[in-house]
Amino acid sequence: MNHAVYIAVMAGVTYLIRVIPFGFFRKKIKSRFLRSFLYYIPYAVLSAMTLPAILYSTGSLPTAIVGTAAALALAFFGLPLIVVALAASLAAFLTGLFLQ
Amino acid sequence: MSETTQQLRRGGWFCRGMLHGLPIALGYLSVSFGFGIMAVRAGMSVTEATLISLLNLTSAGQAAGVSVIAAGGSLAEMALVQLTINIRYALMALSLSQKCSPRFRLLQRLTAAYGITDEIFGVCAAQPGQIEPPYMCAMILVAAAGWVLGTFLGAFAGALLPASVTAALGILLYGMFLAIIVPPARRDKAILCAVLIAAALSILCRYLIPALSEGFAVILCAVTASVAAALLFPRPDEEEEGST
Repeated sequence: MNHAVYIAVMAGVTYLIRVIPFGFFRKKIKSRFLRSFLYYIPYAVLSAMTLPAILYSTGSLPTAIVGTAAALALAFFGLPLIVVALAASLAAFLTGLFLQ
Repeated sequence: MSETTQQLRRGGWFCRGMLHGLPIALGYLSVSFGFGIMAVRAGMSVTEATLISLLNLTSAGQAAGVSVIAAGGSLAEMALVQLTINIRYALMALSLSQKCSPRFRLLQRLTAAYGITDEIFGVCAAQPGQIEPPYMCAMILVAAAGWVLGTFLGAFAGALLPASVTAALGILLYGMFLAIIVPPARRDKAILCAVLIAAALSILCRYLIPALSEGFAVILCAVTASVAAALLFPRPDEEEEGST
């Protein structure tokens, strides 16, 4: 299928998700279950997307494991997003050099 | 302080928004560089990768969307994947919409809705008082420019970089995802529970049901984990929520 069709669907859905509540909806969500569900969903999505995919993200298991460990350690201490992301890359890169 | 900020003229709000958008743009620049590389590796052209970033302005949704395209998934899968991954923006949009100044008419709302991301939501939500349209739009403009430029550079120059560098940059986005989930999971055991259930299910899906596409696996795991967490640990009633 043409990539443009995918991209249009992707962009359309993403915009609608943002614009319907921001542009038109004014009431507050009352259901406690629904609010709780919406509260947890971002964390669950990111977690499911990251594991186990992160282990295949560099094309080499050892470099990915070192990169993941670096990211986990720095994230644990609450460092800024960009620092954690770059450190994971750097750790994976250095491990790659070391293994050559 | 709040009185003077309320009285800033339109130009003042615009400059202030650009200033607040700058650190977001710098962060986006490097992360979207990683996305650009990833997208080209998955078979997108440089133009397609850049267009995806311009039209979507979201990291996790774009990464998942590209893997749906690469895997030749259906359009329904694409729509469902985006819905699940980006549903958090609906919550943020809802929360921000209560903070908008009366100067937000329909047109301003339709425009600014485009730029509701975790970071822009976070900065806007942390502002004292109401949000003015020029402030939010300027922040979005600067942040989106960083996001799109980074994607273009990654997609374009990614091919020129040595393989060892692009391989290492492939982990960039995932590193950022970990940086988003780990600190709140450390603080809040309910979030930790949701995160661990989702990770465990995702690992099980990958190795036990390899036929299940990556996009559907993410939906299945995330929804199951969130329902479980919502039942086990319902959130207290009055709480400022939505920031990640």
